[in-house]
Amino acid sequence: MSFARLKEITDISQEENILFWEVVLRDDMKERNVSREESFATMEGMLDAMESADNDYTPSLKSASGLAGGDGEKLEKCRQENGKLVGDFLAEVMEKAVKMGESNACMKRIVAMPTAGSCGVIPAVLLTYLNQKKVAREKIVEALYVAGGIGEVIATSASIAGAEGGCQAEIGSASAMAAGAIAYLEGGDNEAIVNACALALKNMLGLTCDPVAGLVEVPCIKRNVSGAVNAVVSSRIALSGIKSAIEPDEVIDSMRRIGRLMPACLRETGEDGLATTKSGLAIANKISKVL
Amino acid sequence: MNLFDIMGPVMVGPSSSHTAGAVKIGYVARKLIGEPIVSAKINLYGSFLATGRGHGTHFAIVAGLLGMKTDDVRIPKSMEIAKAEGMQVSFGRADLEDGHPNSAELELVGAEGRKLTIVGESIGGSLINIAKIDGLDANFSGEYPTLIVHNLDQPGHVAEVTSMLAHKSVNIATMQLYRAKRGGNAVMVIECDQEVPKESIEWLNHLEGIEKVTYYSLL
Ligand code: SF4
Repeated sequence: MSFARLKEITDISQEENILFWEVVLRDDMKERNVSREESFATMEGMLDAMESADNDYTPSLKSASGLAGGDGEKLEKCRQENGKLVGDFLAEVMEKAVKMGESNACMKRIVAMPTAGSCGVIPAVLLTYLNQKKVAREKIVEALYVAGGIGEVIATSASIAGAEGGCQAEIGSASAMAAGAIAYLEGGDNEAIVNACALALKNMLGLTCDPVAGLVEVPCIKRNVSGAVNAVVSSRIALSGIKSAIEPDEVIDSMRRIGRLMPACLRETGEDGLATTKSGLAIANKISKVL
Repeated sequence: MNLFDIMGPVMVGPSSSHTAGAVKIGYVARKLIGEPIVSAKINLYGSFLATGRGHGTHFAIVAGLLGMKTDDVRIPKSMEIAKAEGMQVSFGRADLEDGHPNSAELELVGAEGRKLTIVGESIGGSLINIAKIDGLDANFSGEYPTLIVHNLDQPGHVAEVTSMLAHKSVNIATMQLYRAKRGGNAVMVIECDQEVPKESIEWLNHLEGIEKVTYYSLL
């Protein structure tokens, strides 16, 4: 059974005296009837796929529409020349998030986590952590279980589909999942994990899905950056001991209700929001001639 | 839904519905026809038609028809590969009544001359529904081994099929029956928990009143 509440995970963690990620792993073993080694290997496979997607980034590639491509390289250059403003960690997170989003738009192989549109958030944060903090790979795999547990709760109690809940359900969910994962990597306990998740999600509530020309490019690619950076800063807030005033599970509940209240024109139909701005329509018009 | 529906899948972008789902529709069709495809007429509908080019839907369906899965990095090159393998491809628009917004109708001819027309729908995430086979309702997901039997609407055919499955220890997950009209053409769509043995499918094929047996294997 998928988890419907974060509290279910933290309760089991407490009762059985095992870590958050371990609860999620054991549940997967039961659910899919696999051994511990098999489950772990599958998750490690996701990390491998994220890494090769990151390594395979091709700056010269453009998407079919001609809209996406090449921005990752600009950010890389900017980091090398002037990384001071945001520091090395965030600079690399930003760069990796854009690269993954662009690779997705250019029909490269990515990991939909939780969706293809939001595929840049979690790898941006975790691959940067792996690269800069020199932790063991197993730790990162454990952090992916943390992210997965949070993702299961959101998918069960709210949504991870833009067509259903707007972009809060895609970039928002990815950001909340990543926030919990970093909180764990930085030594946070269950409280820190669920609070990081809540704080990140709160910043994303109400985010609409309004892609230009219906393509997973504008605003999706750059939104991966804000989702990733939001995850890092939210986890830091939680790690400092600051708590979300709203219970984490209740934040997820409100995300579901907000999603239901969102009109269809802001849920992946491209009928309003950024999609129907003057620039958005002009881009769509131009694209329709290329495609 | 399990953990790796959220932490994955590994797929070629950009869209789970318009790219990965489209690959799957083609892939299931390739499995159903059971032989290399020499001609494919691909008719798109709804959002597939409107935004397909930007999502690589065209490449994706052709890739699936060539037997590629959703994580195959050759997907963007599928047109060239189709050409090299002698598969003729053309695109059009589908006229579907009440079609799902992400639908494709595929008219296929296999190397041995077998013909198959299916309507596939990409229903969210990378999940799909095969809505029609050769004009008759089907509705299956491609997540299970699936047996599709076209028969004449006469007493006894359902029993023949289900007792064969029982005999082979194949458990039925879901089963649907459709008919065009009483005494006309009918179809059974059976999703199974285990694979159906090859000889049983051949046996069915020879029964009187059974017109066509199509099988989708996960293997
Ligand atoms: S705007 Fe819509 S399509 Fe783009 S990432 Fe957000 S939810 Fe996905």
